[in-house]
Amino acid sequence: MSQIWLVPAFPLLGFLLNGFFGKFFGKRFVTIIAPAAVGFAFLQSLVLFFEMRAADGHRLVETLYTWMATGSFQVDVAFQVDQLSGLYLLIITGVGFLIHVYSIGYMGAEAGYYRYFAFLNLFIFFMLVLVLGDSFLLMFVGWEGVGLCSYLLIGYYFEKHSAAEACKKAFLFNRVGDFGVLSAVMLIFVTFGTLNFNIVNAEAATQLESGGILVTVITLFLFLGATGKSAQIPLYVWLPDAMEGPTPVSALIHAATMVTAGLYMVARLSHLFVLAPFTMNMIAVIGAATALLAASIALTQTDIKRVLAYSTVSQLGYMFLALGVGAFTAGIFHVMTHAFFKALLFLGSGSVIHAMHHEQDMLRMGALRKKLPVTYLTMLMGTLAIAGIPFFSGFFSKDEILWKAFSSPLGGGGFWLIAFVTAGMTSFYMFRLIYLTFHGESRVDSHTAEHLHESPAVMTVPLVILAVLSVFGGFFGVPHVLNFLPNGMELYFKGFFAQVPETTPGSAAAEIGLMVASVLLAVIAWSLAHRYYSTSLDAVTALRNRLQTTYRLSLNKWYVDELYNAVIVQPGKLFSTFVLWKLIDQNIIDRLVLLPGNVARGVGSGLRLAQNGVLQSYALIFSLGAMLILGFVLL
Amino acid sequence: MAFVTTTDLIPLIPELILLGAAFVVLLLDLFAPGSQRTTLAVTTIVGFVIALVAEIQLLDSGATGFYGTIVADGFSILFESLYLVIGILTVLLSLHYLDDHGIGFGEYYVLLITAVVGMMFMTSSLELLVIFIGLEIMSISSYILVGIRRRVPESNEAALKYLLLGAFSTGFLLYGISLLYGATGSIRIPEIVVALQEPGALNNPLAIIGVALIIIAMGFKVAVVPFHMWTPDVYSGAPTPVTAFLSAAAKAAGFAMFVRVLLTGIPLEAELWKDLFWAIAVLTMTVGNVMALMQNSVKRMLAYSSVAHAGYIMVAVVVGTPAALSSVIFYSCAYAVMGTGAFGILTVRHFGKTPDSYDDLAGYARYKPCLAFLMSVFMLSLIGLPLTGGFIGKLQIFQAALEEGWVWLTVIGLLNSALSVYYYLRVVVCLYMREGSVPDGAVLEVAESPGFALTGLVGAASVVVYLGVFPQTLLELAASSVSTLF
Repeated sequence: MSQIWLVPAFPLLGFLLNGFFGKFFGKRFVTIIAPAAVGFAFLQSLVLFFEMRAADGHRLVETLYTWMATGSFQVDVAFQVDQLSGLYLLIITGVGFLIHVYSIGYMGAEAGYYRYFAFLNLFIFFMLVLVLGDSFLLMFVGWEGVGLCSYLLIGYYFEKHSAAEACKKAFLFNRVGDFGVLSAVMLIFVTFGTLNFNIVNAEAATQLESGGILVTVITLFLFLGATGKSAQIPLYVWLPDAMEGPTPVSALIHAATMVTAGLYMVARLSHLFVLAPFTMNMIAVIGAATALLAASIALTQTDIKRVLAYSTVSQLGYMFLALGVGAFTAGIFHVMTHAFFKALLFLGSGSVIHAMHHEQDMLRMGALRKKLPVTYLTMLMGTLAIAGIPFFSGFFSKDEILWKAFSSPLGGGGFWLIAFVTAGMTSFYMFRLIYLTFHGESRVDSHTAEHLHESPAVMTVPLVILAVLSVFGGFFGVPHVLNFLPNGMELYFKGFFAQVPETTPGSAAAEIGLMVASVLLAVIAWSLAHRYYSTSLDAVTALRNRLQTTYRLSLNKWYVDELYNAVIVQPGKLFSTFVLWKLIDQNIIDRLVLLPGNVARGVGSGLRLAQNGVLQSYALIFSLGAMLILGFVLL
Repeated sequence: MAFVTTTDLIPLIPELILLGAAFVVLLLDLFAPGSQRTTLAVTTIVGFVIALVAEIQLLDSGATGFYGTIVADGFSILFESLYLVIGILTVLLSLHYLDDHGIGFGEYYVLLITAVVGMMFMTSSLELLVIFIGLEIMSISSYILVGIRRRVPESNEAALKYLLLGAFSTGFLLYGISLLYGATGSIRIPEIVVALQEPGALNNPLAIIGVALIIIAMGFKVAVVPFHMWTPDVYSGAPTPVTAFLSAAAKAAGFAMFVRVLLTGIPLEAELWKDLFWAIAVLTMTVGNVMALMQNSVKRMLAYSSVAHAGYIMVAVVVGTPAALSSVIFYSCAYAVMGTGAFGILTVRHFGKTPDSYDDLAGYARYKPCLAFLMSVFMLSLIGLPLTGGFIGKLQIFQAALEEGWVWLTVIGLLNSALSVYYYLRVVVCLYMREGSVPDGAVLEVAESPGFALTGLVGAASVVVYLGVFPQTLLELAASSVSTLF
């Protein structure tokens, strides 16, 4: 009696009701239906989660019907709940529910309220299909679906030109990734003759030669898809622009859930990925590089949401680093804690933006803590968590990654160092955000200042719940070396992921040592942020003037957008203008069109109707084609 | 010797019903006053529906007539049902369009019926000459339908081009048939098959040229490169419901003929023809998509995109296995429905004019939310996003290709499909992201859209989604109908 289908069915129903009737039944109807749909899905997920824990092999499978079957190829619409999808279910529906509730307050004054909630429900539906599907094909349904909803929601403020542009950008970059996924799926189908995850995972080791070309190519293609969805180098640039969407959308889609789909896919196929050491190494390198690059950009951004966006890219890089060094459990653990604190931080920033009447520039904020006490305190908790201050949730998950980056046979000191430096930067830019926004002197203009107010309870209660989770969520995975609680995550995922051969289990002293070092760094970064940003900004202005070049590089995001524009977009435009249009269209086609026209003009006076000779040229091309074919078959 | 017995007529029952309906419509047109056009449309629909019921009754009957010239096998019944469904959709999309454009001829519906009858003969006959006659019935009906807006120059131009080029291709077909007759001594497909299976029969240049000419003529009908040049002009000049009908039903009929005559009828010596089809498939996909990309008129874009979709179907033709052939059927059905739907949206006036360019699509989300949503469904399906018929169709084709090891062909197909996203999505962007402003002096339609059209479009969109979520029914039908071919 598992009834897995109910989980996605609730949000789908919510989407249909809101999408088709929301407009007529009014706001109250929408306000009840949308969060309730996700709430019920959450309850059902909880039930399933415990059923799954009790089930043999920790897996529930439910086949709804045969989707398509031709010859030897059969795909069912089948959902499965196992350790991985079970955890994702709780995150998606749990955090999703809180964000739905929050949206009631945040989006209350917006036009198209019903449309917003319909899309949000639809997103949850596709995200659930993505993690519940037991085959590549069903995952791909979710994969494309969440992408679609993401574009729809980024483009929500479609009157804004930048929103429409951001939406296009997200779409194009994701298509590159999707092409990777499709290519990989093709190769997997050719190799395994099936698209079922469990069979692929089980047979990977026997069907594919470890370290062989084929498995490397397959996994690289999959990883290309993952970099698109999860915003990694080279496809990360769409995510910061995606912040044009409403803030709760940023929290749900572009921080807590959709962007972790790439990680989900890699983790889901861990048995395949460990066969390709090259790909694993690539994942770790890309993850580490992305983490560092994005963190360095976040240091100087002044738009509160952009800081959080780059922070998200950076944290996703962290998670990929974990997967790349074979620490799947640690990576997924960080997915969970990150979902808590990043959703919290985004929603908190939304609360600030809401209070500030859509002002997002932190240089026009300051000293808000008195006016927005709940937002301030909860965001502070989130910041402590992401900065890795001991015993907050981020501390445990991040430290696990740092340690694995150092100690895993696939890792190494270099990876650790990059992650370590990134952790310092993270602490700095997050406290910078807190100080700029909530401390120091007020730089708020007088008109806005008069109307400053804390957000309503419907927004602050989700903040408080997320803050509690951000503070305590880490206790699910306490590292062995601290040993005051069993490592719940490792127990939970026991036997699920592929094992990377352990060399020497690094010494406890080393682990403690590195841990202390990273905590010290976080605290130092915090105090630096305190020094430069807590009171006046004079000191930082002086610093900025001294470090002009570096500052510019960071502020302008290392000019990556400009680089892409120069290397890909402009040549593409030139190509289409000059080659396709000028050369082919104007010269070749036009001449071809005119040639028979000129010849036949005298003859075909009766056919003048048909646009100066175009018809003849059609017939000419027809005849040329016919001659080509005849020549081809005869010779 | 009795030439025709009643049993001979059994497989022709649907065709006979339609002819009856055509006469009824003609008579009604004489007596019904100009304002009661709805009666004609309803009569036409009733005719189509009864014929459809007859088709379903014929399923599994295995009826044949006229010494095996006409067969009602699974293949022909499936395709004929498709033409009927598209016929019904076209009528639903025509009513308001004819009113808007002052096309008051009852012949419109009659010609629609005769075109469908022609397609049915093309599909259900095993004799090349009967197939040819069916093709001509269809073609002549459509020439007139394309030019039915007598006072509109574009419409005349389109009709004239279609007629002249169509006649040109007809010449190729007849010539091919006669050469094939010369080589094999028969015009009946089963006998041709036997004759060509003789050792060395395919080295006969007569046979080779004959087959090549037939391929060229059919290539024209399904509009593959380089025989596609007429498509954009004819599709954009024709009344939009007729365009929808041509792109869906006429094209499906072309592919049915293609499968029946070329793929099951003539044992094509593998390498040679595969290479030819390969080149055609790649060219058709690529040219169709690139040209579609460069259009500013949505109708022309859809016309080129229909070329591209013919290219995808050609991929399956290259592969040629039973699985591939059944994907031809599935894709033809899926494309017919989504293509009709997409063109169908363009039949409805917006801000007082029939939309044509991308800019004309601005403001739909606000003023015609229902149509905007339906159009998005069709676009997503044309892109081939999951949960739509387009996705399953492409999946079937590429999967069949992969199973036979056509990796490069599949990759080219996927790249093309990725390219097509851009221009389909542009439609969705215009629908949702651009605020239209009501032009000065334009009449804002009171009702969002005419009821008949809306019914048809909602039906089409439902089918698109149904095929994406529950494709198995049609997949099984397609597979079993392919098995009746061999």
